[in-house]
Amino acid sequence: MQSPQTVVNEFAITAATVNGSGSQTANMVLMRAIFQMGVPVSGKNLFPSNIQGEPTWYTLRVSQAGYIARSAVTPILVAFNPRTANDDLAQLPTDGICLYPADGLWQPQRSDIIPLAIPVRHILDQVGVNQRLRPYATNMVYVGVLAVLLGIEETALLTALRQQFRGRPSAVELNLAVIRAAQSWAAAEPSPAHGKYRVHRMQATRGMMLIDGNTAAAIGALTGGVGVVAWYPITPSSSLIEALESYLPRLRPATDGATCAIVQAEDEIAALGIVIGAGWAGARAMTATSGPGISLMTEFAGLGFFAEIPAVIWDVQRVGPSTGLPTRTAQGDLLSVYYLGHGDTRHVILLPGTMEECFSDAQMAFDLAEQLQTPVFVLSDLDLGMNIWMSHPFPYPEQPLQRGKVLSAEDLARLKTYARFADIDGDGIGYRTLPGNPHPLAATLSRGTGHNERNIYRERPDDWQRNMARLWRKHETARRLVPRPVIEINPQATIGLIGFGSTAPAISEARDLLAAAGVQTSSMRIRALPFGAEVTEFIARHQYCVVVEQNHDGQLRQLLQLHCPAHATRLGSVAWCDGLPLTAPFVRDQVLNCLEQMRESSLLVGTGT
Amino acid sequence: MTHNAIGLTKADYRGAPSTLCAGCGHDSIASQIIAAAFELSLPPHTVIRMSGIGCSSKSAAYFLGRSHGFNSLHGRMPAVTTGAHLANHTLRPLAVSGDGDTASIGLGQFIHLLRRNVPVVYIVENNGVYGLTKGQFSATADEGQELKHAGVNHFPPIDVCAEAILAGCGFVARSFAGDAKQVRELIKAAFHFHGAAVIDIISPCVTFNNHDRSTKSYTYGKTHESPLHDISFVPHYEEIAVDYEPGEVRDVQLHDGPVIRLRKLNRDYDPTDRSAALLLLEQARSTNEFVTGLIYLNEHRPTLAETLGIGNTPIAALSENRLRPSREAFAAVMAELLGER
Repeated sequence: MQSPQTVVNEFAITAATVNGSGSQTANMVLMRAIFQMGVPVSGKNLFPSNIQGEPTWYTLRVSQAGYIARSAVTPILVAFNPRTANDDLAQLPTDGICLYPADGLWQPQRSDIIPLAIPVRHILDQVGVNQRLRPYATNMVYVGVLAVLLGIEETALLTALRQQFRGRPSAVELNLAVIRAAQSWAAAEPSPAHGKYRVHRMQATRGMMLIDGNTAAAIGALTGGVGVVAWYPITPSSSLIEALESYLPRLRPATDGATCAIVQAEDEIAALGIVIGAGWAGARAMTATSGPGISLMTEFAGLGFFAEIPAVIWDVQRVGPSTGLPTRTAQGDLLSVYYLGHGDTRHVILLPGTMEECFSDAQMAFDLAEQLQTPVFVLSDLDLGMNIWMSHPFPYPEQPLQRGKVLSAEDLARLKTYARFADIDGDGIGYRTLPGNPHPLAATLSRGTGHNERNIYRERPDDWQRNMARLWRKHETARRLVPRPVIEINPQATIGLIGFGSTAPAISEARDLLAAAGVQTSSMRIRALPFGAEVTEFIARHQYCVVVEQNHDGQLRQLLQLHCPAHATRLGSVAWCDGLPLTAPFVRDQVLNCLEQMRESSLLVGTGT
Repeated sequence: MTHNAIGLTKADYRGAPSTLCAGCGHDSIASQIIAAAFELSLPPHTVIRMSGIGCSSKSAAYFLGRSHGFNSLHGRMPAVTTGAHLANHTLRPLAVSGDGDTASIGLGQFIHLLRRNVPVVYIVENNGVYGLTKGQFSATADEGQELKHAGVNHFPPIDVCAEAILAGCGFVARSFAGDAKQVRELIKAAFHFHGAAVIDIISPCVTFNNHDRSTKSYTYGKTHESPLHDISFVPHYEEIAVDYEPGEVRDVQLHDGPVIRLRKLNRDYDPTDRSAALLLLEQARSTNEFVTGLIYLNEHRPTLAETLGIGNTPIAALSENRLRPSREAFAAVMAELLGER
């Protein structure tokens, strides 16, 4: 089944199906099976804001080179949704394979591709699948056919099925029967589709797991000591809290009372209000939301900043403005979250870009929130949060929780004096006393109104100015505490690529494509706001930097230009947001365009290598 | 100097000097909060003062200065209080709010707080008007009422007590700021209630809403209050000190002239009948009277912390080994994700 033209371990599949038909399960089985064979995989689920009936696509990339960005071209199409089949077919490259149900009305009308009509109904009849389960079983048919075409091993399929239907042996049995029937049909069906694309066993995924960023964040939060969770359902963040709820009994059993309280609030305003109240009273509290929820949380974010209350807010970003594209990915909340709130508000933001970072940032956010006594935002996005990624297993934390500056009754008895916002250590951070502290000096009335060092309401200009100056001092402390950027220096490079979050795989792959085109680059992935000194150093050492991000206005670039105005004109922008994860060829082309423009404006000299 | 059972004086329960207008009903309420807390011998550190924004919310600074507190956002105090309760359910929140804070901007949060049964003593200082922004109508203003700057209010008032009963609140009372003893006794009773307790206190605004035609004026309040009085359910307090007897109607002359009519609930009024309580409020509305006293009582709902199964130790006080997974539990989850089991 193999010819010199066979492509091994470097291709992609698009499964076009109907939302709510169980196709995601079929795609996951396929992905897990290839992963089981040790071959790097990545999956992008492009789904509608709909419960059932609308079109959905799943792009599965197989890459022995380890490239996990969304694939720009997918040579295998599963055309199982007649409504979108013509458009889907138009995307298929020449010589691509098109699987479609033989018993439907649609047929591919292209002579330069390899069609493969699958007798879905006949296969399901053979297995004896009942009417109720047919829509779901239909999708397992293409799994069976692809398993034959690609050479997916039986043991890998079985393991994948068992992982997918954990604890439901009857589901494994039924789906396995469908897959086997489809395999039998495919093996006997003469077609040029055989042997064109193959999966060969590798060792590249050994010791790794598949997980989504929301689950990674949930496990991280539970590991990081979360005590109160308040939330309001919103795509794409809901699964973060749902994962937290499902792992809570296993990771933090309520042997002597609940160790974490979870409340579904009446809206996002209340969700953050509950978190602020819990943080004020001494618990590690968090919420998770997306753009529209962030808008509603604005006033509380400002209160948390000014009254200096620890809180953790996950923003799993989706496309805005407004309701926008609720099920598509974006990085459009960076500017608004950094300055969320009226007046001179400024926040600490963590920017995870991998599953491991979703896990670790979920813990670190609590440490930073309590150390800095301020809301800490974590900006994930739909691509990180809801898609399945390869990851190394997460390490058990070896450091104790960092609970920040809190004075006990004994501390107060020793100190004999207390002022909530006195900057004793010069880092802008005062000492908290928690409600319930019995010492007569402990009590303070937290407030969003202007206050002096003793937290007493004051309107004096000098009190206001002094307090704000301390808050900026605290922001400088945050600059030193947040994670450093991830920097890869290429000594030959005069060009730097800068990004954050889920665009990392596309940028990383684009660097290889650019190198192949003769452009050497270094890269810096920003991990947090406020920026640290390394950020300026990276920009300063390159002749020109291109900031790649998924929003319209180049929000990260704007913040970098403000951060280092001396280098502002040497920061180019590739800002693009159409709801889909970026692809490497797109990034390469846009970066080359950007460099060309810079050359024309004489900002860039030479070839940029 | 008189000391209470835990050796504190009344001064230990005072707060900062009030900056509200002289004669403000809110200051009378603050005095009764201080008196109630003193008489109950509440350890100050076990109470948290919670408020939103407005004249009433400012008053959180004017009592219980040795209790922690949070003067939060307009209409959002219930959420902050809910969070504080979840973090430390051994603290007793004493919330002060106004009619704007509770019935206008914060109506949703108010209802959800009660529906979850966060065990708060929730005092609404109700004057039907926005004071700090100089005299606009609130959602409890009377239909057809006129104000100097705001003109005529065309909309019916929201009844805080009726909303509270419908939301599942188990302790719903109404009083009048000028009736110091009743206010104090209701606050004391509320502190002994196991669950959310709402006391709607008509608290006339001496500056913006004290016209004789306003039902939130001293004039009106004193002439139309119809107190239902049965707080005999409070076993700790034999002495119910009120100015007049249950079932009695009394007109009271105030320092600034107006007279208001009060009607106390009769001793035979049964506050545990939910339908009867709602009917009573509806009848009082139709006769333009305020019934005062305990309107509704239901002690059978669990608090939010109980519903969520929080144990004796507050979540805020859990040790690190309970806030983190065990190594074994963590390893088991990782093994499952790795497909090893």
